Amino acid sequence: MSQPLLSVRGLRKRFGGLIATDGVDLDVVEGEIHALIGPNGAGKTTLLTQLFGELSHDAGEIRLDGEAIDSLATPQRVHRGLARTFQINQLLPDFTMLDNVALAVQAREGHSFRFFAAARGDKSLRQRAREYLGAAGLAHRAEIKVANLSHGEQKQLEFVIALACEPRLLLLDEPMAGLGHAESEQMVAMLANLKGRITMLLVEHDMDAVFALADRISVLVYGRVIATGTAEEIRENQEVRIAYLGEGDA
Amino acid sequence: MSEDAITRANPSGQNAGRALALLALALGLVALPFLVQAVGQPALVPLATRVLIYAIAAASLNLALGVGGMVSFGHAAFFGVGGYVVGIFYRTYVDDGLFLGLIPGTTQLLVTLPAAILVGGLLACLIGALCLRTSGVQFIMITLAFAQMLFFLFVSLKAYGGDDGMTIRRRNELFGLNTRDDVTFYFICLAVAALVFLALWRIVGSRFGMVLAGIRQNERRMAAIGIAPYRYKLGAFVISGMGTGLAGALMANYLRFVSPDMLHWTKSGELMIMVILGGVGTLLGPLFGAAALVILETVLTSWTEHWQLILGPILLFVVLFTQGGLTGLFDRLGIGRSER
Repeated sequence: MSQPLLSVRGLRKRFGGLIATDGVDLDVVEGEIHALIGPNGAGKTTLLTQLFGELSHDAGEIRLDGEAIDSLATPQRVHRGLARTFQINQLLPDFTMLDNVALAVQAREGHSFRFFAAARGDKSLRQRAREYLGAAGLAHRAEIKVANLSHGEQKQLEFVIALACEPRLLLLDEPMAGLGHAESEQMVAMLANLKGRITMLLVEHDMDAVFALADRISVLVYGRVIATGTAEEIRENQEVRIAYLGEGDA
Repeated sequence: MSEDAITRANPSGQNAGRALALLALALGLVALPFLVQAVGQPALVPLATRVLIYAIAAASLNLALGVGGMVSFGHAAFFGVGGYVVGIFYRTYVDDGLFLGLIPGTTQLLVTLPAAILVGGLLACLIGALCLRTSGVQFIMITLAFAQMLFFLFVSLKAYGGDDGMTIRRRNELFGLNTRDDVTFYFICLAVAALVFLALWRIVGSRFGMVLAGIRQNERRMAAIGIAPYRYKLGAFVISGMGTGLAGALMANYLRFVSPDMLHWTKSGELMIMVILGGVGTLLGPLFGAAALVILETVLTSWTEHWQLILGPILLFVVLFTQGGLTGLFDRLGIGRSER
């Protein structure tokens, strides 16, 4: 196995008496979809939030492509190639879908201290934003204000914005949650389509989706990774069954 | 008229109507001195001048407050300091001395206005750099605190009039125009206001403006696409301070007087009221808001000295029922906007 794209060692985070992340070791290899599963409250989102730099960790080390990114703020981590989607949508509600994506494209072009030319009149910016929306089948909704979109569409927009950041590693926080059956299938198809091109760390409760998509799975319980392996290995793992898959009495 | 589109979704199709309404407004403002002369009310020209000057200040505040979501309760600091730039330049000129032993005095508007912009910007950079490390209520209170510090500083500056302020015997000069003449000074202010509104319109629509409006809506989202909010907020705060300083310099010229009153926290409040009355985050809202407040104040004070008793309910009504200030009200009365 080559050097992992993301390497986490001994990551620790404590909120008062609660240990949210208890010495997590995790490797995500370039090109894979790595699923992170675990029961509610296991600290999955907290872990993603630390990887993304929105929450500082107490101890441990995060390396992206061999370089420590622990001290970097979120925007700098984004420039290094991280992007994430949020479980609770974080969008710009007064803007249209297109504006939301165009801003992400704009952010990739360096600083935005440009005060004169109309950003909405920038053809290259708008064109590229349209392409990202088109690839997700959302082109016809581009001019709709985010506040007027359905939950499912907002969820898809979250994903499109993250893609527009052109990440090397995409952190996905329950992209399927709250989606209808058809939308959910569409999302799985989109992820499958991107597999190999973008490395993904996927937090998801939908086990069918996880087993369909993931190359490897890590199981997080009480802030610890108790197992990592292929879908087969995880299904067979006794510890995982007891702790998570609810077969402790078997 | 519907300008609220500047920071929000911009459905096409109303641009023609908007441009027409804007043209009518511009023509009206240019024709105003002649119209009021014709109806025998020349005293309305100074009133309109005051509206324009406050409109510049309110529009500048609106960039920080309305577009960027930074609720500054300390913009009187920039307004007052802009005024003191004019006053101190004038005093130094009259005394034939050097300010801080370095800077000679002047009465040239082409020097005092840029100087007020510069000083307003520098002060905003200083105050903003510190205040923008906080947000929410803390931000409101700390901007207020800085403005009050400056207020008391100028109250104690006896060399520049202290409590009583300074009289500026003659307005600044510009190209040999008679700036003492109300109509001439009105047109100077109109020209400056037009430039300021044009600049703000471009800024709000630019990449910078998009980022700023994004930060107002969701800072976490902006960080997640790789944009560090702090420097953009600071940039907007500085621009806002520059415009407010400019307005203060014009006001000192208009009144031919500058005093700590211009720095008082109630002035910050007035500017905020104008922004809210006119419509937060809209392009022309601050102009409508400034007009509404100045005219209301003039009309109501002629009735009763307790005019704020009447102003209060009016402000409440606008905030509660117009959904977006006067601009929002005009929208619904005028061209029916199609909200999706």
